[in-house]
Amino acid sequence: MPTFWLVALLLALSAAGYFGGRRRAIASAAGNVKDLHSLPSYYGYHVALAAFVPAIAALAIWLLVQPMFIESRVSGMIPAEAVPENSTIGLVMSDVRRVAEGLDLAVEQGLLTAREARNVAGGEQDIRALMGEVGVALGDDVRPEVLNASQAYRNLSNTGRAAMTAVVALLSLGGFAWAYSRIHKDFRARNVVERAVLALLIMAASLAILTTIGIVLSMLFETKNFFGLHSWTDFFFGSTWAPNFRGGSELSILPLLWGTLYISFIALLVAVPVGLFAAVYLSEYASGAVRSFAKPLLEILAGIPTIVYGLFALLTVGPALASLFAKGGFLGVEWMAGATSVLTAGLVMGIMLIPFVSSLSDDIINAVPQALRDGSLGLGATKSETVRQVVMPAALPGIVGAVLLAASRAIGETMIVVMGAGAIAKFSANPLESMTTITTRIVSQLTGDTDFASPETLVAFALGLTLFVLTLGLNVLALYIVRKYREQYE
Amino acid sequence: MNDMTLMDKTVDTQKIKIAAKDVNVYYGDTHAIKDVNVEIEDNTVTAFIGPSGCGKSTFLRCLNRMNDTISTCKVKGDILLDGEDIYDKRVDPVQLRAKVGMVFQKPNPFPKSIYDNVAYGPRIHGLAKNKAELDEIVEKSLRRGAIWDEVKDRLDAPGTGLSGGQQQRLCIARAVATEPEVLLMDEPCSALDPIATAQVEELIDELRSQYSVVIVTHSMQQAARVSQKTAFFHLGSLVEFGHTGTIFTNPEDPRTESYITGRIG
Repeated sequence: MPTFWLVALLLALSAAGYFGGRRRAIASAAGNVKDLHSLPSYYGYHVALAAFVPAIAALAIWLLVQPMFIESRVSGMIPAEAVPENSTIGLVMSDVRRVAEGLDLAVEQGLLTAREARNVAGGEQDIRALMGEVGVALGDDVRPEVLNASQAYRNLSNTGRAAMTAVVALLSLGGFAWAYSRIHKDFRARNVVERAVLALLIMAASLAILTTIGIVLSMLFETKNFFGLHSWTDFFFGSTWAPNFRGGSELSILPLLWGTLYISFIALLVAVPVGLFAAVYLSEYASGAVRSFAKPLLEILAGIPTIVYGLFALLTVGPALASLFAKGGFLGVEWMAGATSVLTAGLVMGIMLIPFVSSLSDDIINAVPQALRDGSLGLGATKSETVRQVVMPAALPGIVGAVLLAASRAIGETMIVVMGAGAIAKFSANPLESMTTITTRIVSQLTGDTDFASPETLVAFALGLTLFVLTLGLNVLALYIVRKYREQYE
Repeated sequence: MNDMTLMDKTVDTQKIKIAAKDVNVYYGDTHAIKDVNVEIEDNTVTAFIGPSGCGKSTFLRCLNRMNDTISTCKVKGDILLDGEDIYDKRVDPVQLRAKVGMVFQKPNPFPKSIYDNVAYGPRIHGLAKNKAELDEIVEKSLRRGAIWDEVKDRLDAPGTGLSGGQQQRLCIARAVATEPEVLLMDEPCSALDPIATAQVEELIDELRSQYSVVIVTHSMQQAARVSQKTAFFHLGSLVEFGHTGTIFTNPEDPRTESYITGRIG
């Protein structure tokens, strides 16, 4: 039975469970709903949950485990000599899967009967042509080992699916019967449903955490592989970034880290003053009408995809800077070689971060109690004296937190630097030179034809992990500061 | 002080510090204050009493133009401080507020040290030429706020770390430090316990020797204890204004009597 219908069956069973459970509960109280421990619908939910949740969990696990199991069984059947030269067992297995899939499709489309499909053998028919007819393109003629393996693959899959259907249906019916039999007017269905909701919430929360742990672990393993192939002293303390896919690369993070921090620094130099002043204006001076119109407008900036900012850097800011500083420019100097530079990327990234800084700071400034402002105004301070000497110091820890969050976004930003900063890894203090960052190097090391066993590719994971640790550190620091600030007023 | 001695209070007639003439206040369409006429004397504690929402706090905030910070608020009529209209275009509200200090309902020390809290006003207005002079102003103000002995050893500690009563006395010291001529107090004791309230009330009585004090209060006992003049507000109008003793023992208006005896409010 296809999975879709299986899920539909489960839903139908749990819907039936809801109404059945409800009716039985009302009947057990002889029609008097007030005698029941819980509202009738709770009894219904109880049966519905018991019929649905264990069964769907089993289904999900089965769907994950079955392919892995079959894969390992079938790949064991392919002898080593059946793998052609300059190919791998992985490629042969993908042929096996596609042939199996093709046979299933052929049955579905009526080209073969189920019996014929089971008995297909290489000699009698041109299987490659048959596969072509149902839309499965194969590179070679199908060899007998592959055909055998794919028949075994089909058999195992079919058996597995039948077993899955049976197990899931039984679990569902079992859950239904068990929950249905427990219903009695004193049964505390409400508490049971409450616990089920709690479990759901816990699952949702742990999913996010587990994913994070999974991401970190996968990066950790690849990073470990990288350090097995490349010396860690070169990575952390070397001075050159020169990947070479023929081997003998120098892969040091330092020039990339320098580029990253330099561009982020310029971005913050733009974003922090402008964002902060905008926040002060919006929260302290602007009238309600201006505020209700300007604040959303500013926040639209935050919704622009970073690739669009990248275009802006590439097409507008870069050429504009070049027309000032490059050869033949207005200033008559030759400080800039092309449109890409640290300054280009930094300026555009700063513009991207303005709404981020301003809307966080705006919230923090608004959280400063009005009583403090009144106190200062009541002493004869002007508005700007009040902002400078009372509101800002009170909001400062929160604003520092906001700036750190903005910094961690700047460090992790990719598209703007890909398009605006250039691709040359070097140490230079000149903001008009091209430089590159950690994120852009990750992209370039992993795109194109890559071999996941060379240090040139694996370095991307080491770079990613370093970046992760860096931004994590900044975020933790920011959260710590923001939290400390909160305690001051509550 | 209790009600029996009210009549015996010495009530010298003082010079008029603030005179309000036909004051009307509007919040948008709401008519919050209606034709209020009142004369506040120097070196006197004047209490504004009345039920919640009667406009007494609004009127108080008109006296140092704190209502200017509310955009929908409009004030009509004349309020004269020493004979000068404070709503005149030539008057800078910021300068006015330095002359007419204010203490708020909830203690609101700045998140700064005790010293910096008190030094805030003098620094803004340039009242001290050097550090020594500033130290002197801070000490004098804290003494006048009756809190010097409690904080003199920890002037660098944050003002927010003090107890509620200490915070309020710090705020009074802070207001006194700018050397105002009038001190407005908007329910200064409503967030304090009885002991702290007693301390603040004692302080208010001492402040009378140098300032004209206007206090808004919900507690009629407090008004009777600390004030020489009392104004009773009801639904935005000034119902009765006179010597505290007269208001509490022999009110002219039946509404005043009802409020004081607890029948309306």
